[in-house]
Amino acid sequence: MLHIVNKSPTERNSLDSCLRLATKGSAVLLIEDAVYAATKGTAAAAKLQAAMADLKVYALAPDLNARGVAGRVLEGVNLVDYGGFVDLVAEHNTCQSWL
Amino acid sequence: MKFAILVNEGPYTHQASDSAYQFAKAVLAKGHELYRVFFYHDGVNNASRLTVPPADDRHIVNRWSALAQEHGIDLVVCIAAAQRRGMLDENEMKRQGKDANNIAPGFRISGLGQLVEAGIQADRLVTFGD
Repeated sequence: MLHIVNKSPTERNSLDSCLRLATKGSAVLLIEDAVYAATKGTAAAAKLQAAMADLKVYALAPDLNARGVAGRVLEGVNLVDYGGFVDLVAEHNTCQSWL
Repeated sequence: MKFAILVNEGPYTHQASDSAYQFAKAVLAKGHELYRVFFYHDGVNNASRLTVPPADDRHIVNRWSALAQEHGIDLVVCIAAAQRRGMLDENEMKRQGKDANNIAPGFRISGLGQLVEAGIQADRLVTFGD
């Protein structure tokens, strides 16, 4: 399953909910303001890094670039463009947007 | 593969309309089929042909219309969500006795059944919203 999170972890708790409920082997894609969770030095960084033991984590590169944080991405986070976003949706049988 | 997209957020709000559009373009660029884009809740405002953004800003509504025209994409606006927000096509204008209509070219007004059907017909339904 592909989990899509689009809000900053400092604004909503949707990333927390997602990480709590996502099962081992699932993928999490961070888009829009959620890409802040994929950057170093934030409160969410440790949580995300711990989650990477069981989950594959992706972040949308255009949204990182738009926010000027592409140079601060956590190790282990995979970057994708919109084409990669489409591939992720196609590769997983189901997807869930955590709105 | 067949994709469908659900847009739940209005244009120029956060980023959902833009993300949905970029995703739609990428779906087509990858050679997939885009079965339908369904606009629900404040997402119906993506269909207002009276939208006039500043000249140096992207025109979210015209962008959708162009996508529909170029690729024959079915853009469907939820009727109940639309009427609550003053979004009417010509038929609804007459039916409701109003003096104007504002649905942009390429969009059509229909019911929630169109979302359910898109969920059934498409292999993947991706939601963008607030």
